[in-house]
Amino acid sequence: MSGSRKALRTVEYIVCIFLVLLSIIPFWIMIVNSTRSTTEIQQHAVSLIPSGYLMNNVKILLGKSFNPMVGFMNSLIMSGGATLCAVYFSTMTAYGLVVYRWKARQAYFTAVMAVMMIPGQITMIGFYQMLYRLHLTNRLSMLILPAIASPAMIFFMRQYMIPALSLEIVQSARIDGAGEFRIFNTIALPIMKPALATQAIFSFVSQWNRLFEPLVLLTDKKKYTMPIMVSLLRGDIYKTEYGSVYMGLTLTVLPLLVVYFLLSKYIIAGVALGSVKG
Amino acid sequence: MKKKKLNYAKWGYIFCAPATIAFLIFSLYPIFFTTILGFTDFKGMTATTFHFLKEPFANFQAILNSELFKKALGNTFVMWICNFIPQILLALLLAAMFSRTHNKLKGQGGFKVLMYMPNIITAATIAILFNAFFGYPMGPINDIFQKLGWSAGPVEFLRSKTTARGVVSFIQFWMWYGYTMIVLLSGILGISPEIFESAEIDGANGWQTFWQITIPNIKTILLFTLVTSLIGGLQMFDIPKLFLLGGPDNATLTTSVFIYNQAFSGSYLYNRASAASLIMFLIICVLSAIMFFMLRDKDEVALNKLMKQKEKEYRKAMKEKAKGGNN
Repeated sequence: MSGSRKALRTVEYIVCIFLVLLSIIPFWIMIVNSTRSTTEIQQHAVSLIPSGYLMNNVKILLGKSFNPMVGFMNSLIMSGGATLCAVYFSTMTAYGLVVYRWKARQAYFTAVMAVMMIPGQITMIGFYQMLYRLHLTNRLSMLILPAIASPAMIFFMRQYMIPALSLEIVQSARIDGAGEFRIFNTIALPIMKPALATQAIFSFVSQWNRLFEPLVLLTDKKKYTMPIMVSLLRGDIYKTEYGSVYMGLTLTVLPLLVVYFLLSKYIIAGVALGSVKG
Repeated sequence: MKKKKLNYAKWGYIFCAPATIAFLIFSLYPIFFTTILGFTDFKGMTATTFHFLKEPFANFQAILNSELFKKALGNTFVMWICNFIPQILLALLLAAMFSRTHNKLKGQGGFKVLMYMPNIITAATIAILFNAFFGYPMGPINDIFQKLGWSAGPVEFLRSKTTARGVVSFIQFWMWYGYTMIVLLSGILGISPEIFESAEIDGANGWQTFWQITIPNIKTILLFTLVTSLIGGLQMFDIPKLFLLGGPDNATLTTSVFIYNQAFSGSYLYNRASAASLIMFLIICVLSAIMFFMLRDKDEVALNKLMKQKEKEYRKAMKEKAKGGNN
């Protein structure tokens, strides 16, 4: 290896390590500060060594309006429900597009591609007004059911299904007397497992992180999801409680980090497939 | 046989029905409703009735003439550009580095995992975390600045509009460069290795290979990244909303935050917010149309053809060159 090549390599490592530190340090400071008292933070806001005020910070945090268990459960219900709806019904729609020959098939697929780009925020005012009139705001189900129509996921599932599902298997199952829904549930879904898994992970994470729609629709504290809970930490009641603000932020980040490091291999592979649009 | 096929056709409609119905109820009707509201006098938190305006486009005119909306639109574009340009450059650089087949960097997998990490963390959390970092008089950034001797006393960084916008752009950049890098990397890895091999045999250096082979071959993916990022950027909400609530002096107000504030705070101007939504919708439609025009399947076919042709030409030219060299 020549000298200039070696130098270049060193520079490349330095760039990579710098970027990695840039990813880690903010979260490190956050986690460390969640164990430190407000006085400690006021004296030195940056420290790499944890202190012993963890429980104290938790106590202050929970003594006010922040309720991580409620937020966690609501987020879990919303993200889980929406992910199930999106994954199951998108696969079903893709199956309808791949297996059957029907008149409007091509037109339908073009429409799916066209509506893929409609941003959620454009529909929001009309959606809110519709629900307000029906007294359906503050319901998690109204954040879950729209996921049944997930154009980007239909697109992905279709692309995956075309090479993966052989129509001969479907045909032979029919000869054996299986109904169409049974063929879908017992033959097509298992074949789609890898695609279902990637899409489920992405859908879940993006649902979990969603702020705009829940912020508009949920006004009842008992229905708050995690990102709305987090937004409370910006309020005046936590203005001087630095330690507990960091604690609250840490509580919302930890589950995501755990999930990420368990599934990072699949997540990175999923992004590479260009499937991140949930 | 033919009869049987006709019978099965109805199942196509049945399988596509749930998604279609959900789309009609939860997307199409709300869009339709939003459109109507844009032409009415509908405002007030608990209002339920509305009337069409005598001047149908009054709301649209009001929005287009609103200094605040123009400012928000300007902010959105500025903050998007300041995040996108460094993001795509860094992502390209990293993708080129990680796709090298010889002289590989060790620990690539770990680098990728950690660089992508910020992307999966809740944007709301990140916004508030950075707000805490820039705390005044004592936050981590102030602490570091004073320890390094860059500032004598505490600085109220976020009172500066430029700094505030810069930080929002930085957060967006930081959250998304890893994603863009992985997308571009998968594009580069999708290029037929033969092209690279022939370039290497022909003695092209890394720089030449990058500009003359890598970039032209991932043109489609670059364009896709550009447009999706632009559409996403035009809807930037979580970070500007929670980082500084659009401040200071509306310097980080984006169009989405503007729409939210119009509709769900103050005097609940649903009609104005609807009009603003539609204007944004139009802008996004135009941009999407451009993307679909440029990313047609036909385009891809033409591109593939071009790629093969170029490869052939390149080999031919290099062979001839080699011959010339031998003589």
